[in-house]
Amino acid sequence: MSETFSARVWVLGDDIDTDIIIPTEYLALKTVQDMTPYAFSPLRPELAAQIQPGDVIVAGKNFGCGSSREQAPEIIKALGIKAVVARSFARIFYRNSINNGLLLIENPDLRDDVTEGDTIEVAVGEKITLNGKEYPIASLPENLLEILNAGGLVKAMRKRNGLED
Amino acid sequence: MGYTIIEKILKHNTGVCDIKAGDIVTTNVDRVMIHDIFIPFVADKFEEMGFTKLWDPDKVVLIYDHLVPASQVDDTRHFRKGNEFAEKYGMKNVHRSDGICHQLMTEAGYVKPGDVVFGTDSHTTTYGCVGAFSSGIGYTEMASILGTGQLWVKVPQTIKVTINGELPANVTSKDIILRLIGDLRADGATYQALEFTGDTVKNMTVASRMTMANMAIEAGAKCALFTPDEKTAEYCEIELNDFQKSLVGDPDAVYARELTYQAEDLVPVLACPSQVDNIKPVKELVGTKIDQVFIGSCTNGRLEDLQKAAAVLKGKKVAPFVKLIVTPASRKIYRQALADGTLEILSDAGAIITHPGCGLCCGRTGGILSDGERVVATNNRNFLGRMGTSKVEIFLASPVTAAACAVAGEIMEG
Amino acid sequence: MGMTMAEKIIARAAGVDSAKAGDIHTVELDRLMSNDGTTHLTIDMCNKLKHPHIQDVNKLVWIVDHNIPSDSPKTAASHKKMRDFAREHGITFYEGEGVCHQVMMENHVCPGELIFGADSHTCAYGALGAFGTGVGCTDYLYAMVTGTSWLLVPETLRFNLTGKLPEGVYARDLILTIIGRIGANGANYKAMEFAGEGLKTLTMSDRISICNLCVEAGAKTALMEVDDVALSYLKEHGREPKALFTSDPDASFAAVYDIDLSEIQPIVAKPHFVDNVVPAKESLGVHIDEAFLGSCNNGRIEDLRVGASIIKGKKVHPLVRFLVVPASRAVYKQAAEEGLLDIFMEAGAIVMNPNCSVCWGSCQGVIGEGETLISTGTRNFKGRAGHRDSFVYLASAATVTASAITGEITTADMLK
Repeated sequence: MSETFSARVWVLGDDIDTDIIIPTEYLALKTVQDMTPYAFSPLRPELAAQIQPGDVIVAGKNFGCGSSREQAPEIIKALGIKAVVARSFARIFYRNSINNGLLLIENPDLRDDVTEGDTIEVAVGEKITLNGKEYPIASLPENLLEILNAGGLVKAMRKRNGLED
Repeated sequence: MGYTIIEKILKHNTGVCDIKAGDIVTTNVDRVMIHDIFIPFVADKFEEMGFTKLWDPDKVVLIYDHLVPASQVDDTRHFRKGNEFAEKYGMKNVHRSDGICHQLMTEAGYVKPGDVVFGTDSHTTTYGCVGAFSSGIGYTEMASILGTGQLWVKVPQTIKVTINGELPANVTSKDIILRLIGDLRADGATYQALEFTGDTVKNMTVASRMTMANMAIEAGAKCALFTPDEKTAEYCEIELNDFQKSLVGDPDAVYARELTYQAEDLVPVLACPSQVDNIKPVKELVGTKIDQVFIGSCTNGRLEDLQKAAAVLKGKKVAPFVKLIVTPASRKIYRQALADGTLEILSDAGAIITHPGCGLCCGRTGGILSDGERVVATNNRNFLGRMGTSKVEIFLASPVTAAACAVAGEIMEG
Repeated sequence: MGMTMAEKIIARAAGVDSAKAGDIHTVELDRLMSNDGTTHLTIDMCNKLKHPHIQDVNKLVWIVDHNIPSDSPKTAASHKKMRDFAREHGITFYEGEGVCHQVMMENHVCPGELIFGADSHTCAYGALGAFGTGVGCTDYLYAMVTGTSWLLVPETLRFNLTGKLPEGVYARDLILTIIGRIGANGANYKAMEFAGEGLKTLTMSDRISICNLCVEAGAKTALMEVDDVALSYLKEHGREPKALFTSDPDASFAAVYDIDLSEIQPIVAKPHFVDNVVPAKESLGVHIDEAFLGSCNNGRIEDLRVGASIIKGKKVHPLVRFLVVPASRAVYKQAAEEGLLDIFMEAGAIVMNPNCSVCWGSCQGVIGEGETLISTGTRNFKGRAGHRDSFVYLASAATVTASAITGEITTADMLK
């Protein structure tokens, strides 16, 4: 993946848990689309409506901690968020994001420098640029790249089962 | 070079001989658990992936617990989808109102020491209480396991936690795990396994170990492991085989970190709003007014938890205008607590005793609170908005502390 | 000219010697019950008054029973409002102790009293010879502030009961039969009074069940003569009667019905009206998704005994959710002691804390789109138990339990 894009930033703190991303109260709604208005509602009820497709989230440590609910990355993706940059991610959320083709980027420093509304340049697997300063980012392990490149785990399994090339 | 418990389990499971932390391996899954909230999504993904049969229907367990009894009109759709899926693919292991998934998986004998188990719920780490490697995954990965019987994992590094000595009377395994999470922080064990050892742990019931394994995820851990022993064997109603007996961390195994606690030094603690790692001794908060107490969940809804609460509440009353909600973790526990008089003691004290299930812990029903209210709860999460609005304050505690708080109407040591 | 029971109670409450149907009287209320269905609205209105005032706080009994434990931030907020107000004003307050009418019968209702309840099934109190009637928030608030209200003295429909219910037939079958006969508006504005030798054969639980459901025929209240059965119930619960009234032999009734209890058979009220009754035998085989044994109508120990005796040693159908909900903490305790709760739990039922449950239809136990419930609750209106496109059949504890076992409408005798 050698994709490059620029995006507007929404800034969140440490330990953004899955109950903040989508409260349980809304988990039995029929579709992920139905749930998106409630994303981040315990923390910032207005945020879901403000996010525009192509935006990114920059957060602190342990993003996505808590439940295994896969609606969390799915909703973030459905809101049009292109990538989540965080100091670190909780592991179930990390796997779920890859399986749904949501790009996650770990970086220890960007969160300290960025302000909400800034625009960053992302060169996937390479670096992020903010106001001329560069923040290196690692590329994914091979097995995860395979899933991400297939377009998520469902597509990867469809290929395995001969339903897609 | 020696092995940690998780390395031994994964070595046995995958047949990879020189396994070590950091390796990526493909596991052969022994059992999976799907619960009611996610079954519709698992079912859809499974069919979208193009699978036409389950890899092994007997290895799949479907449990309705978050939505029992249904509190919103669309909830029963999950039961219908689950029933259809079970019927279509020949699943026999379906529990529709028997209690919380994590309680049932070991209680009903689906998980044995040394097994590799995945569940669509983050607290799947619980089964480490009997020495199984168990971890939470999303519904897409669950769907792929249902088709293939396999899942890749990165062999985790291990943090070894040793606890020796005798716990003070009002300190329980809940206080130990809360303290540990406070020390590790909410991301302190991310991607790692916790391994518990020491004589405090050896003397602990399987139920108490369950509380600790259950909450390992709150430090970000992939799994938590206890060495299977005679208590495990009795609980699981099996005789341990050589492999199961071997599940001890080798003296020369490599650990990422080692922590040691002396039980006599531990005190009752609370996880304060709104992070599980925001740990304070109960003593520091004594006198804080509360509105509700919740005793239940896969963390602390077992018979010994209810009995400990009943010992505190016997002959006393819940403070006026304070609610005490008790939700036993399973049908079996409910019946045991009914038979030994525990429920009657709790009811006489004024407790509201609900049907076994996730109840308030999952934040959909079972005692939702309103702005400005405070709850002391024995479950595993106190995240913002978890039990109602974001202006509800949730304190996590042991059943002993929770029961004492219910009587006092304020935060109090048991 | 003699007076009916209803006329006598109103005359007493109005401080007059006699009252007759059609009169309007200003009456002194003895007791005012309100639950979490509407109390938050009453409080809102009260707070808007220029001079908020409670005439006599001892008359007020507030009960949280509809959504307990709370199932949403919204209900939690209305409970909190109710709890805070009750605490501030010293109002007798129950939360999680049981369904309001059962709590009232166990703890408060006395013969001869005039009671307003902000709930339609307040007519249940007639089982103890009290005039209970349901009112809205505005009437409730007026009574709360002034201690009084106005009342149109109702005409009375008199039901003379003879004989004895056959085995396997219950009070619930009787009252459903009566509602079916007179229709859902057959007793509009009227009192339904029950008397006769047949009445003496009915337990207090039966009587509460009968009076409770009279509002489904439109009745303003239901009344029963207080006899030894009622007096001993009262004594067991530590209370004395306030005044005992019976209708005079020459009282004037709008209509008199003679009902032979021995002719009653198991009944089912089909969707979506309570008077849409048929013999249960004509509804056999209807597929059900959920069964409910509970409510102010049929959640007493006698009902749980009936259910437990049928399900003992059997299992709930795997695809049926069988909710068993004792009507109060006292019932729960008794059922625990008698081993009934364990019988239900062993059979696979969902035993809930005392509350209104699916009878109220917006808390735990709701049914989904296209689903069918068989219920001992009070109503089967469209959407009453959850989704607007769902179906509710009302039946006795016996029929409900038998149906929970087979997964389709079944009468208990078919399982023998």
